[in-house]
Amino acid sequence: MTDAARTLTAVADAPAVAAAPRRKRIALVASKGTLDQAYPPLILATTAASLGWEAGIYFTFYGLDILHEERLAKLKVASLANPSGPIQLPNLLGALPGATAAATKVMRKWMRDARMPTVPEFIEMAQGLDVKLFACATTMGVMGVDTSDLIPGCEVAGAAAFLDFAATADVQLFV
Amino acid sequence: MTHQASAADLAVADTLDCSGLLCPLPVYKTALSIAKLADGDVLRLITTDPGALKDIPAMARQRNDTLLSVEERGATQIFLIAKGATQ
Repeated sequence: MTDAARTLTAVADAPAVAAAPRRKRIALVASKGTLDQAYPPLILATTAASLGWEAGIYFTFYGLDILHEERLAKLKVASLANPSGPIQLPNLLGALPGATAAATKVMRKWMRDARMPTVPEFIEMAQGLDVKLFACATTMGVMGVDTSDLIPGCEVAGAAAFLDFAATADVQLFV
Repeated sequence: MTHQASAADLAVADTLDCSGLLCPLPVYKTALSIAKLADGDVLRLITTDPGALKDIPAMARQRNDTLLSVEERGATQIFLIAKGATQ
């Protein structure tokens, strides 16, 4: 090991605050890009941060839409093959044009009537609490998403970087 | 700072009304309110979310704050929470 490498190791190993107790940590994966599935990871992360925990969410595959500046506010609820969805339709009708928009509209109304924040509002709450928002680099490459398409403040990261964060997490959940 | 919970100490520093709000908002807003308090200060929290009866004690445990009391008045719950651990 070179002297420079040794110095770097020493710096990395030095605890920032020796007496500070270790904070609990939650690591979440958000893999789905529907309106209904955007909520659970955001609710859990903002709750964890409110409890004083460190929280991070890895947005991968369709879940990356939750960090997408344009798509973030337009997430939809599936009307097809969603037997618990907000409108109860046989699959044959759920495939009709407008059915997805109708299901989405109903869920938005449910959320609004219950005074639940929108997904963009949840993202803002999460960022205010220093929740780490990891954007999956592979998804960006596969789906042609550029860093400039994403909301400010998220970190582009691969699986190794997320696992490095998740390795010391007390709770890990895949949504 | 140590803090002995007694009737004399229960001067409420701040009140937060989370009536009509569902999880995670009562917990989220409580955290923001507690952040503005000094150690030992008491927050009076009003909720109507039935989940709050479990959530607020869990929150106090996780944050190491002190839940002084819980009162149920019909569908309303009133919590007194002191910031930080008491002795």
